[in-house]
Amino acid sequence: MLQTCALSVLMFTGASQFALVGVIGGGGSVWAGAAAAALLGSRNALYGLRLSSLLGVRGRRRVIAAHFVIDETTAMAIARDDPSLSRFAFWATGLALFVLWNIGTLAGALAAHAFSNPRVLGLDAAPPAAFLALLAPRLRAREPLAIALAAAVVAIAVLPFVPAGVPLLIIAVLVSIYGVLRTTR
Amino acid sequence: MIWAGVLVASVACYGLKLAGLSLPQRWLQDTRVQRTVPLIPVALLAALVATQTFSTGQHLVLDVRAAALGVALIAVLLRAPFLVVVVAGAATAALLRLI
Repeated sequence: MLQTCALSVLMFTGASQFALVGVIGGGGSVWAGAAAAALLGSRNALYGLRLSSLLGVRGRRRVIAAHFVIDETTAMAIARDDPSLSRFAFWATGLALFVLWNIGTLAGALAAHAFSNPRVLGLDAAPPAAFLALLAPRLRAREPLAIALAAAVVAIAVLPFVPAGVPLLIIAVLVSIYGVLRTTR
Repeated sequence: MIWAGVLVASVACYGLKLAGLSLPQRWLQDTRVQRTVPLIPVALLAALVATQTFSTGQHLVLDVRAAALGVALIAVLLRAPFLVVVVAGAATAALLRLI
């Protein structure tokens, strides 16, 4: 339970947290889970790139700002026309989400702790639904949709033959190769 | 052991965020990076949906989770909020197990 809460405080990027927990919960190694979490966190680096000129943070403020670079804060910040509004949106969204996210995590961890068999509540069906909800907004074009379907099929196909969690790493390598080849062509 | 993974993954995720704010812009502005990185979460999330629904450990299984995913998909198509999608999926699995 402490580990669940630590994730929300220290990692603070939802998809990565779910991935780490999902891989470990599915019997995968801790390191496969950690790798999947880091790979999912790679998009935050691109968000940081877009935010860096907008926020203009240096020194200690940048160290703190970095922790708040996630989907929601980026969306809120780049949607403003005025740079000072952007900065306000970033910090306000970041702080509010950080507080609520951690309260929610604590409440969830306490609640789950109280039940001996999470399957009765259908909690094992919750992560796939959560991943689907996180995925859906990224599928507005044909290419990501095709990639998503292909990734799902390949993951299922290799799953019986490799340790749990490893299908994700195979997918990450394949999609990276595809992405680089496609742009180079 | 789990703690080590939690800490390492957290540091890695924070490092990526900080790198985005700190690295020279042209590094990450490379078109290959720009066009490839957004594809990674798409592929990984799809793979997570598939593996978490249709497997237990290393075994492929078809159980109530598939129906739960179907309901979650309908909720997503109806543009339901995140929590509603998650609860709809979990509730479907719980109800089907009761029957």
